[in-house]
Amino acid sequence: MTDSAEQGGETPARRRSRSGLLLALLPVAAFVVIGVFLFRGLSLDPSEIYSVLINKPAPTFELAPLPGKDNGLATSDLTQPVQLVNVFASWCVACRVEHPLLMELKRNGTVPIYGLNYKDQPQAALNWLRNFGDPYDRIGSDLNGRVGIDFGVYGVPETFIVDGEGVIVRKITGPITPQILQKELLPLIAEMQK
Amino acid sequence: MTRSSLATLIGAALLVLSLPAFAIFQEKPLTDPEQEARAQELMRDFRCLVCQNQAISESHADLAGDMRAIVRERIAAGDDNDAVRQYFIDRYGDWVLLDPPLNRKTILLWAGGGVILLVGVGLIFIRMRRSTRAGAQGQTALSDTEKAELERLMREQG
Repeated sequence: MTDSAEQGGETPARRRSRSGLLLALLPVAAFVVIGVFLFRGLSLDPSEIYSVLINKPAPTFELAPLPGKDNGLATSDLTQPVQLVNVFASWCVACRVEHPLLMELKRNGTVPIYGLNYKDQPQAALNWLRNFGDPYDRIGSDLNGRVGIDFGVYGVPETFIVDGEGVIVRKITGPITPQILQKELLPLIAEMQK
Repeated sequence: MTRSSLATLIGAALLVLSLPAFAIFQEKPLTDPEQEARAQELMRDFRCLVCQNQAISESHADLAGDMRAIVRERIAAGDDNDAVRQYFIDRYGDWVLLDPPLNRKTILLWAGGGVILLVGVGLIFIRMRRSTRAGAQGQTALSDTEKAELERLMREQG
């Protein structure tokens, strides 16, 4: 590089000032790169953990129904082209938030919704469903929360979108919001039902 | 020593002795003390996913309690430490480990500091070498007028 620069008629001083300029730009470039990452970080939710189960088969499980009901939930029930597995509990406040949306899905017959009643008292769960409505086609009672842990559950409510092969396609941690429903969930369901 | 101060002393000694005994949680330890020690060691490695920067060994979250129970169960069932780690990684990902493992995704995290240091040292080294070389070139490249000026100055001094 030194030789070609000299052939180009550049003096050492000029070459030095050019590399000095590049060096001076280095902190600016570093600032921009770090800035982009940090700016992106502003809109990320650190409490949302990427699920390792995505694109993997749903865990194997078989759960008894709530008392007085006859449709429990097992891996072998995940046979529809697309279905939601919704982790809920009567003690879960945020579950109340998404509950009207699940009822709406049920009314419209958009997609089968299966409930995973996570670490709940069966009677409390039944009361909850009687009071607010039951959007679930099936409910499995996960009394000790082990199936929940197999699903990588850490914050109820969580919703898993499972395809016809029993593979988890997507996971929503926390309550389904109208925005998530319109922008992500409904298009995905429509796509999978094609 | 009076009787009451002796009682205080004994009380304090008992308190200190009981601290390492994992007294926060009323959970049934494993009957084999060696297995229980391994379980407690492992519990310090797992992140409580609800409280995130706490290990499950020190978290009061419900989920952490369930995870502690699973650690004990797996160990009682004969799992080695790696198998217990894998059990949680399969469900919650590497994030469940408080100490991130070295793999393709975390290589930047582990090596990033060293790489930046090396780049910095390299840049300083290049600059230093270039400036000494430029200085040497500057000396040989004294022009005729500069040489004459230098000679004149030296004569004046002499």
